[in-house]
Amino acid sequence: MFNNAKPVTFLIAEDDPDDRLLIHEAFQESRVSNSINFVEDGVELMDYLRRQDKYKDPASSPTPDLILLDLNMPRKDGREALAEIKSDPRLRYLPVVVLTTSKAEEDIMRSYDIGAASYITKPVTFDGLVEAIKGFKQYWVQIVCLPDLDTVRE
Amino acid sequence: MTDQNRKITILFAEDDSDECLLVQKAFQEIDTDYDIFFVPDGIELLQYLNKQGMFLAPASAPRPDLILLDLNMPRMDGRQALAEIKADPDLRSIPVVVFTNSHTQEDILRTYDLGGAGFIIKPLNFEGMREVVKVLNEYWFEVVELASGERVKSIKSRLFTLPSSS
Repeated sequence: MFNNAKPVTFLIAEDDPDDRLLIHEAFQESRVSNSINFVEDGVELMDYLRRQDKYKDPASSPTPDLILLDLNMPRKDGREALAEIKSDPRLRYLPVVVLTTSKAEEDIMRSYDIGAASYITKPVTFDGLVEAIKGFKQYWVQIVCLPDLDTVRE
Repeated sequence: MTDQNRKITILFAEDDSDECLLVQKAFQEIDTDYDIFFVPDGIELLQYLNKQGMFLAPASAPRPDLILLDLNMPRMDGRQALAEIKADPDLRSIPVVVFTNSHTQEDILRTYDLGGAGFIIKPLNFEGMREVVKVLNEYWFEVVELASGERVKSIKSRLFTLPSSS
């Protein structure tokens, strides 16, 4: 089984503080030793990815290996942020997994259409969320190889 | 969660028939209703997806929920096939997971840059294959919501054709 050479860094865009807490807990339950960082809306997400304002320091704002993206957020929603990431040649390699309460077929279809790597509907129970994060982690951390930019881009 | 009533269709582009057999065997061990279709190169992959050539009959080429793609294949390799799928508005919503022997960082980065939904290095033995297929199954068919062909079609007709009086 292939393991990524370095710990995987997740960046999670989620505006609801309760959901942030639950996701954080679920990551811990599923024994993730990888680092997770949170942003609270699409504007912060793009600032983080472009190292602007409070995200200038790579030590506290490490480049993520994968983004978990809520769709419904204030200021700039996940649909807009996803479209921006996927049309930016410097960012589009980043896998973006949508994690949202929306089950709307339009959202599912449109997310894949503009380049989401996958689409997960937030389970309503905490146990369900833990299971989903576990499946998510097994796939993205254990069996998938993610780009190691340090090797590719000097 | 994905609709459990619908049969899942996987399309595997792979030129090595031994690999096809191993993947098929690993999927057969899972308690899910699958159809797995195999194509040996990028040309046939695109013919399948576009229902051309030997795939004219609709039943011969149902729209896949997931594509597993080898990179090194004759005629048209996986890199070019991935680029063509992701450039086609009718096909790009299908998740494509690269499944290859390649270990190069260039291939990994390029796969994601083109819109691949994962890069998996082929396991060396059947035990490893079983584990990979188990995780693939749990993630894509139990955790993830897929944009199914039927959904795509109905949404597209709602979005892009004139509304009919109903």
